[in-house]
Amino acid sequence: MRRVPDRSPRNMLQFANPTRFMTFSARLQPWLWGSAALVLAVGLYFALVASPVDYQQGQTVRIMYVHVPAAWLAMFCYTTIAISSLGTLVWRHPLADVSARAAAPIGAAFTFLALLTGSLWGKPMWGTWWVWDARLTSVLVLFLLYLGLMALWRAFDDPARAARPGAILALVGFINVPIIKFSVDWWNTLHQPASVFRLDGPTIDMSMLVPLLIMALGFTLLFLALHVAAMRNEIMRRRVRALRVRTASQLSLAEATAS
Amino acid sequence: MRLVAQGLACRRGGRDVFAGVGFEVRSGEILELRGPNGVGKSSLLRLVAGLVDRTAGDIALQGGDEELTLPEQAHYVGHLDAIKPPLTVLENLRFWGEMLGEGSVEPRAALEAVGLSALAQFPAYTLSAGQRRRLSLARLLCAKRPVWLLDEPTTALDRASRETLYGLVRAHAADGGLTLVATHDDLPLQARRLEMRRAA
Amino acid sequence: MTGQIISLFRREVALATRAGGGATMGVVFFLILVALMPLSLGPDLALLSRIGPALLWLGVLLATLLGLDRLFKADWEDGSLDLLTMSEVPLALTVLTKTLAHWVTTGLPLVLAAPLLGIMLNVEPKGLAVVAFTLLVGTPALASIGAIGAALTVALRRGGLLVPVLVLPLSVPVLIFGISATQSALIGPVPMTTPLAVLAALSLASLVLAPWASAAALRLALE
Repeated sequence: MRRVPDRSPRNMLQFANPTRFMTFSARLQPWLWGSAALVLAVGLYFALVASPVDYQQGQTVRIMYVHVPAAWLAMFCYTTIAISSLGTLVWRHPLADVSARAAAPIGAAFTFLALLTGSLWGKPMWGTWWVWDARLTSVLVLFLLYLGLMALWRAFDDPARAARPGAILALVGFINVPIIKFSVDWWNTLHQPASVFRLDGPTIDMSMLVPLLIMALGFTLLFLALHVAAMRNEIMRRRVRALRVRTASQLSLAEATAS
Repeated sequence: MRLVAQGLACRRGGRDVFAGVGFEVRSGEILELRGPNGVGKSSLLRLVAGLVDRTAGDIALQGGDEELTLPEQAHYVGHLDAIKPPLTVLENLRFWGEMLGEGSVEPRAALEAVGLSALAQFPAYTLSAGQRRRLSLARLLCAKRPVWLLDEPTTALDRASRETLYGLVRAHAADGGLTLVATHDDLPLQARRLEMRRAA
Repeated sequence: MTGQIISLFRREVALATRAGGGATMGVVFFLILVALMPLSLGPDLALLSRIGPALLWLGVLLATLLGLDRLFKADWEDGSLDLLTMSEVPLALTVLTKTLAHWVTTGLPLVLAAPLLGIMLNVEPKGLAVVAFTLLVGTPALASIGAIGAALTVALRRGGLLVPVLVLPLSVPVLIFGISATQSALIGPVPMTTPLAVLAALSLASLVLAPWASAAALRLALE
C-alpha cells in the first residue's frame, strides 16, 4: 500500500510561521526602506547629474537608468514568483504563496514601467512611440503572463484554493519565458535584418555602467522593501478573512442554539 | 483484508471539517457513517477515495493488492452519477467497466442485476432520475473492486430499487468485500456505525 | 492499460461527434474569421495572398480556443473526473489521451479546412500545402498548452473567459515558429527545416510536459 506523504502542520519548518515572519519583517522593514532610499538617491544623482550624455542619443540616454533596472526587476520578480511557487507546490510552505501573490502586482508594475520607458525612449530614437523591437516584445509577452497569473488568482473566491493553481501556472510560465525570448528573437531577426539600435549596446562606458549598476541595486532594494510590505499586507488580509469566517460560524451556531 | 484508518483529519477552506477520525473495517463488514449534515461524511468518503487530501492521520488497506493504491481498489458512488447523456446505457457502463476494471466483467450482467437490461441500447438522456441512480449502482458490479464507498446511495431510489441496492451490498459483503456507506436512513443491513461529530 | 486508453479515446471521440458535441463549431468559427479578414483588410488579392498563410495560422490559433472550455469541465461537473482519477491509468496519461482525442476532433478538422479556406485568401497551391503541413505539426502543441488552461480553470464558474488570457501568451512561440516555417518554405531566406524542427520540438515537448501540469491542476479541482 503506497502512502501519501504526511502533510500535518507539525512537519512544517519552524520559520514557516507567519507570526514569526511578522515580528522579523517588522524589524527588517526600516532597514530595507532606508537602504533603498539611500542607494536610489546616490544612483539618481549619478544617473541624472553626474553621468555624461551620450554622443549619439544626448540626454535621452538617461531613460536607460530607469528602463534597464525596471526590465531586470520584471524578470527578477517573475523568478521570485516561480521559486515561491515551487515552495507552494513542493513544501506547501504557507509563506510561499503569500510571497508569490505579493510579488505579482509589484512585478507587473515594474514590467509596465519597463514598457513605458521603452516607449518613451523610442520616440526620440526611432521617431515612434512603439517599435516591435525584440526586447520590448519579449517584455510585453512577460507583462501578459503577469496579467494572466493575476487574473487566475483573482478568479478564486478563497485565496487558499487559488494558491496551487496559481503556482502551477507561474511555473509553466517560467519554463516558457526562455522559449518565448528565443522565439521572439528569432521572429525579430527574420523580419528586421537591418541593424536597429539596441537598447543595450554590447559595450558600455564605465561612466555609464557604474550608475546603471547602482540604480539596479537601488531598484532591487526597493522591490525587497515593497515585497516585504506587500507580504505583511497579504498576511493581515488573510487574518481578517479568517476572523470573519470564524465569527460568521460562531454567530450561526449561536443562532441555532438560541432558536 | 482490513481497511484501517487512524487520526484522519480534513481541512477545507480554512475550516476543520473533521479531525481524529479512526475506524477499522474488515472483509465482509459494512460501516455506516452517521451524523448531521456538514459533519464531513462525504469528505471522509472522498478522502478514502483519494479525491481529497488529508491533513493528518493514516489510512491503509491491509491485505489488498500490493501493486495498487487504495483508490485503485475502491468504487465510489457519490452525488454525481458520471453518466454521459449522448451515450447509450450500455456504452456508459462498458466504458466504466473498462476504465475501472479492464473490462473483466460483462456489463450486461450488471445491467440485469439493477433491472436496466431492457434499456441497454437507449441513450442515457432517456433515463429518469431513479434509473440514472441505478445505472451508477451498476458500475459497482461492472468492475471487481474490494472497497465500496457509497455516499447516500438511497437518494432518488424507490422501494424496489432500494431492495436491489441492499441485495448488492449484502452480496458484496458475503463475497468478502468492504463497504463504507454514508446515510441518514436506517438501512436494513448488518452494519457497524461510526457516529461523526462536529470538529471543535 | 492500453485497452483502457483506447476505451477512453473512443468515448471522447464518440462524445465529440454525437449530437451536442460541438466538433464542427471550430471549423465554422474559422470560416467566419477568414471571411472577416478581407472585410477588414479590403479585397486586395495581392495583399491577401501575401499575408494569407499568417491569417490562416492566426485563425486556427483562435479557433482552437473555442472548445477548450469543455475539455475537462463536462467530466468535472458530472463526477466522471472523480472516477477517472480512481482508475489505474495515471491521470497525466488520461489527460494526454483526452487532449489527443480533442485534437483529432477539433484540431484536425481545422488543419483540413485551412487549405480550402486558403483558396478564398488567394494563397498559391504550394502555400496551401505548406500551411496545412505546418498546422499539422503545430496544432498538437496548441491543444496541449490549451489543456493546461482548461485544467486550471475547471472549477471556476467563469473559467471560459479566463482560458484565452492564460493560454494565448503561452502559445506565442508556437505561432512564431509555425508562421516562420511556412514563410521560409515559401519565400525564404532561412531553410524551412530549421523553424520546422523547432515547431516539431515544441509540439513534442508540450505533449510530454503539459499533461503533468494539467493533471496536477485537475487534482486540485477535485477537493
